[in-house]
Amino acid sequence: MTTHHVTLTVNGEALEADVEPRLLLVHLLRENFGLTGTHIGCDTSNCGACTVHVNGESAKSCTMLAVQADGASVRTIEGMADGATLHPLQQAFWDQHGLQCGFCTPGMIMQAAWLLGENNDPSEDEIRHGISGNLCRCTGYVNIVKAIQQAAGTMAESASAPVDGQAVAAG
Amino acid sequence: MIPAPFDYVRPSDLDGALRILAEREGDAKILSGGYSLLPLLKLRLAQPALLVDLRDVAGLDGIVETDDELRIGARATHRRIHEHTIITSRYPLLRDVAGGIGDPQVRNWGTIGGSCAHADPASDWPALLLAARARLVCRSGSGEREIAAREFFLDTFTTAIAPTEVLTEIRIPRRGKGVGGGYTKLERRAGDFATAGVCTVLRLGDDGRIAGSGVGITGVAETPFAATDAEAALIGAAPSDETFRSAGAAAAAQSRPSADIRGPVDYKRAMIAELTVRSLRTAVERALAWRG
Repeated sequence: MTTHHVTLTVNGEALEADVEPRLLLVHLLRENFGLTGTHIGCDTSNCGACTVHVNGESAKSCTMLAVQADGASVRTIEGMADGATLHPLQQAFWDQHGLQCGFCTPGMIMQAAWLLGENNDPSEDEIRHGISGNLCRCTGYVNIVKAIQQAAGTMAESASAPVDGQAVAAG
Repeated sequence: MIPAPFDYVRPSDLDGALRILAEREGDAKILSGGYSLLPLLKLRLAQPALLVDLRDVAGLDGIVETDDELRIGARATHRRIHEHTIITSRYPLLRDVAGGIGDPQVRNWGTIGGSCAHADPASDWPALLLAARARLVCRSGSGEREIAAREFFLDTFTTAIAPTEVLTEIRIPRRGKGVGGGYTKLERRAGDFATAGVCTVLRLGDDGRIAGSGVGITGVAETPFAATDAEAALIGAAPSDETFRSAGAAAAAQSRPSADIRGPVDYKRAMIAELTVRSLRTAVERALAWRG
């Protein structure tokens, strides 16, 4: 079998590897790049634990070949925090107890981040539909939904803060 | 789960893809979004020698209306269809179908052409294409041909696409005056394949009677099929629950469900009857509202 040279930008960093065509993106991330925050759950495209962003769109990385992602920009859970400062979604999952065993959490947060990018003020119904491709076997989703609502609020506040500042300065 | 080994190519245009298909006739499989094919590769139910990735082939994801057709490029994702202004403004039936497939991640990457070429017996788009009497365009090195949806879905995971062809476009009759459609499916849980699904398209004549009917059914046979007996029961009738119930009974009788984890045969037949009625109610509502 031929191998293919792939180059990806992962969390802002250019990474490359020689891969077999059959290598899955999730295996490239975990085994070649050491980014084990992305989990393999069901391995059948159902559970969403392996969700990452590929060129800004949420994807199940167990259902994409590494060669398909050649040249793409990929964001994983490792790319969410800013140094020691948690991403608002990570903070919200902590604050709202949005996890128990934590296995689904990286995928849940990546899917929630994609959802909030599409819709910064989702209703509870929109959140539940938005994470319908991500399974949690512990929480019953109630606290996950609360966490995403909290993060939506935090992110909206921080997005509007500079505008307020300008308004004050202008006033 | 790791797929069996295969080679991979990513041609930059359709001609390149067609050349490879001709050279490797029967060995190659087309890769579009991957959300149908990759699970099969991982289960090793499919073991092609070569994958031809259409990722870099431009021009296959357009959505346009001509004088008489809605044309959707085979590489259009479910999400692109769901959000496109032509669809949101004039085709609520397509919006329903696109928005109900799988989950958001599946809709971000899965494509209408990939789904149709895969031909899962419980998939959603085939029910619509059958009900709407769509045509599917296939291209090979020697030219292009159109295949009627009713001659396209041959058996489980089997279509009329030849090994040297690429499915490039779906052509659906443009929505005319008094036309409306409904899609009602039953799933055990969010994102699951349909236990059963019924898509109906109706055209109401000026006298208010049903002048045109299409009924496409998924999940209850070896492949999605057109419930022709139900279609015949609707033609010329005034839209009423009584009419819908007789169409539902005909659709149920024409189904060939198998008993599985999703339910026994009698249950699935009963569901087809009921889903047909509900789908028709939506179709009539939309047909009455669409005088344009």
